[in-house]
Amino acid sequence: MTAVDLRDPSTFPSRRVEAWKYTDLRRVLRETPAPSPAVDIAPGGPFAALGGEEIAFANGRAVGADAFVASGKQTLRLRFVSDATGTGHSASVRIAVKPGARLTLLESHEGTGSGYVANYRIELDVPASAEVTRVVLIDEPADAISIAVAHVKAAPGAVYRQTTITGGAKLQRQETHLAHGGEATAVTLDGLYALSGERHTDLTSVVRHNGLNGVTSQLTKGVVRDTARGVFQGKIVVERGADGTDARMGHHALILGERAEIDAKPELEIYADDVQCAHGNTIGNLDESALFYMQQRGIPADEARALLTQAFLFEVVDRIAHEDAREVVRSWLTAKL
Amino acid sequence: MLSINNLHVSVGDKPILKGLTLDVPAGEVHAIMGPNGAGKSTLGYALSGRPGYEATEGSVEWKGEDLLDLDPAARSAKGVFLSFQYPIEIPGVPALTFVRTALNAQKRARGEDEVSAPAFLKQVREASKALKMDFDMLKRPLNVGFSGGEKKRMEILQMALLEPSLLILDETDSGLDIDALRIVSEGVNALRSPDRAMLVITHYQRLLDYIKPDRVHVLAAGRIVASGGPELAHQLEAEGYDKYLPQAA
Repeated sequence: MTAVDLRDPSTFPSRRVEAWKYTDLRRVLRETPAPSPAVDIAPGGPFAALGGEEIAFANGRAVGADAFVASGKQTLRLRFVSDATGTGHSASVRIAVKPGARLTLLESHEGTGSGYVANYRIELDVPASAEVTRVVLIDEPADAISIAVAHVKAAPGAVYRQTTITGGAKLQRQETHLAHGGEATAVTLDGLYALSGERHTDLTSVVRHNGLNGVTSQLTKGVVRDTARGVFQGKIVVERGADGTDARMGHHALILGERAEIDAKPELEIYADDVQCAHGNTIGNLDESALFYMQQRGIPADEARALLTQAFLFEVVDRIAHEDAREVVRSWLTAKL
Repeated sequence: MLSINNLHVSVGDKPILKGLTLDVPAGEVHAIMGPNGAGKSTLGYALSGRPGYEATEGSVEWKGEDLLDLDPAARSAKGVFLSFQYPIEIPGVPALTFVRTALNAQKRARGEDEVSAPAFLKQVREASKALKMDFDMLKRPLNVGFSGGEKKRMEILQMALLEPSLLILDETDSGLDIDALRIVSEGVNALRSPDRAMLVITHYQRLLDYIKPDRVHVLAAGRIVASGGPELAHQLEAEGYDKYLPQAA
């Protein structure tokens, strides 16, 4: 996949590019958008109450540092703030982690303008014996276009946990490319989307197992209403020699609107012999008998639907290892539903 | 108190209840017995308003009010409670949360004050103790991983907490061993009162040794074909349902 460069419209993929089949960027963006203006932002964001260091990009411009090296036990709030109308901006950031460090990376994509185009690149290195918990909360306007690509290297013996939570946008894509070093490197790669209106989100991931005995656990859940569209593309590659790999991928979605759509493409590519890999994918509606049961006990139909939907999605939230971040996500999602 | 008159109910295009008439006065327990496929469970679903169970003819009055016009939650707020033959699992919703949500929704619908968390917990502790249920189990998602007996106790616990006035028990004895049957029956008997009516739907007489009915009705091919006192249940146990099948056809 060649990287999207907002300055060069020839890099905007259309649905004819296989990896962008369900997320046709060219349909909504044909030309380089005018550059977004500089804006001032105050420190904060959805994770502000959790403290720690802050690195922020306002319309693509770094407010202070544009790189970070984590050591010891640290919390970093990484904020991508868009406050623009009809313009575009890009940013890239590099996060390094020292061996033995424990980093909680709280990433927020905050959009307050309208019709903007944002393009981000995140690089993250997790060395042996380091532990990174990355929580990505994306809250953008319905007419925004955004793409974020994360390249993560997890060395043997590292722990990497990622949860992406999004409400979608006009066209939104979150890509994660993870080089999995093996040797019991434990990776969790979760996702959650709750879309309504005409929103679109695309959670794409490629996990490449290069070493022995690597573990990956991936759970993505989503709900789409109205004419919203959710895309899940999960690929796990087990390279030759990566024996003992244990990789599991699940994607489960609820379609709550007759014209809503889910496109799911789970892929396993296995070149090693002794591996345990599985993927499961289910798409359906709320369970009618559960809905009736709840109504029979007095819970009105709308409330019953909301409760079941929430319970369905909370499985992903409950897997967030950081308690305070979990609560922020839980409240955000409850308000969204 | 409950007055069912010439009720016809279809599931899809298939008529299941074909002119069922039944009255249950306040304070009484009536048993509905009948062969498999007679429409026993359909009666429970029709009274509680399950979608897909369409009343095509007849009426159901509860405390003088037409039930058939109300949605399931509104019927529940009026006191209708169906204890399911196969209680449904609700993943992700702890049993305590579920029951409290239900209780408060009913109270809101009736214009009453909601119950506070401490008061609710106190009620739950007492009710679960009486049913010999482990309180910690109620923190788990409702019915998920519960045994058949635990699910039935959970139904009775909800009944005790929601305090319905029309109790419909659909095959409550199925899947229960003798000890569980006794505990569950005691739970049900504790709810007998002059302001409540109960319909006990069962295939076997066994349950009626524990929950003594005032009247017994035989439901066959969608209608009540015989009614009598408790002795009718014993007679059915001895003779089976065969003699009701031809005349009901």
